[in-house]
Amino acid sequence: MRSSGDGAERGSMMGKQGTFRLKAGLAEMQKGGVIMDVTTPEQARIAEEAGAVAVMALERVPADIRAAGGVARMADPEVILRIMDAVTIPVMAKARIGHFVEAQILQALGIDYIDESEVLTPADEDYHINKQEFTVPFVCGARNLGEALRRIGEGAAMIRTKGEPGTGNVVEAVRHMRIMQSELRKLLHTPDEELMTLAKLMGAPYELLKEIKNLGRLPVVNFAAGGIATPADAALMMQLGSDGIFVGSGIFKSKDPKARAKAVVEAALHYDDAQILAEVSKGLGEAMPGLEIASIRKEERMQERGW
Amino acid sequence: MRSLKIGVLALQGAAREHLFALQKCGAEAVLVKHGEQLTELDGLVLPGGESTTIGKLLTRYGLADPIRELAASGKALFGTCAGMILLARTITASEQFSLGLLDIEVTRNAFGRQRESFEAELVMPVLGEEPFCALFIRAPLVEKIGGKVQVLATYGGRVVAARQGKVLVTSFHPELTADLRLHRYFLSLALEAEKKAGGPFSFERYEGD
Repeated sequence: MRSSGDGAERGSMMGKQGTFRLKAGLAEMQKGGVIMDVTTPEQARIAEEAGAVAVMALERVPADIRAAGGVARMADPEVILRIMDAVTIPVMAKARIGHFVEAQILQALGIDYIDESEVLTPADEDYHINKQEFTVPFVCGARNLGEALRRIGEGAAMIRTKGEPGTGNVVEAVRHMRIMQSELRKLLHTPDEELMTLAKLMGAPYELLKEIKNLGRLPVVNFAAGGIATPADAALMMQLGSDGIFVGSGIFKSKDPKARAKAVVEAALHYDDAQILAEVSKGLGEAMPGLEIASIRKEERMQERGW
Repeated sequence: MRSLKIGVLALQGAAREHLFALQKCGAEAVLVKHGEQLTELDGLVLPGGESTTIGKLLTRYGLADPIRELAASGKALFGTCAGMILLARTITASEQFSLGLLDIEVTRNAFGRQRESFEAELVMPVLGEEPFCALFIRAPLVEKIGGKVQVLATYGGRVVAARQGKVLVTSFHPELTADLRLHRYFLSLALEAEKKAGGPFSFERYEGD
């Protein structure tokens, strides 16, 4: 495999670049915030105006990708560049799982964060991208702690739950966040002599298990994603321990995207204040149409992509 | 040192990291989401995050005036990255909200996008001889400073840390490294009895030391 040619930890007149703490640091700056999927510069401006901490530049939101079927790929660079021009907040974009050339292209475009995402059709069914080779940080989806730590081991600087994208159904995001939190609690109480066996069972790097036990938490931020459609969904995920929220189809597939975007931002902030949540949830119009997970065949579930 | 009570604005961003740093320095630190929490504080930290998001939430939830009152009562303020933008008087070529508590003009994302983010060893005379490891993440720069602003650090000849009275700002993120010297320096400002330097603002372009 060719190296990305623009590897991590470059030295230059600007000092050291692409270090892990610069990558994870950007994600730390997004904490408590909402990252919104957008497909046009106008949507990007609506998201920024509502108070989004970043936007995800896409050709289609997950609900439309799901409806369209076929192979979903990285967005057209022109779509991405127009969105980058429209806003001052960070812009993320998705590459297919294992498609390191799409990631190289996104890095060359100057994208701020790459999502190696199960929403797109995987390019490699065995291997994820070696994210350590890149200067730009990556976020990856996970359903449990082992999967999260495999991605961090490959260089991911931010984790999100997979949930089930494009469904407007929060149940899978809840499942994944609960599993991660529960496994994390278990790890923190595991005696040192049992860590290697736990690493083997989880399929996770031993060194990372040791580091987490030392830190008392994950070494990177963990956002919720996949099926979040209402301010209450966002607050639920925050109360379950998420560091922040990704909203995919939930904003721009709803009746009133402006009002809903603003409400979700405020719900992520005041997630533990039911009075404020009641206030911001009022009069938002219809949410996006939802999908029952059981109605999606297993092989069509996006969360099954990646390992 | 008596125990100072310092708030960390927790509307969005890296509030927790500042909280831990302040606690390690021996201060009592609390996360602040509501204006009424500000009255009982000896100082306030505005953390890194997205300045557009924090600015909008500040105004929507009525925190701007209580923060200005806190500054007017002579309490210390410390803004890092987004916090520096929010404390500035002017933001270059932008309509974005800022509190205007420090006589500086800042440019957002002055070094470029995330791939241009960098680490550098900064010499900061107020912290002593040992350089400070500074993380610049999509960082802003001080473009112009008023006459009462003291420059604390420069990088490539441009201002990346400054102070006016008890208002302290940095382009970079001391909350992301283990070095506590800047937080200690901020706490020493919070302890000082003198009132914040006020007076009319005047601008001049910063031409180097």
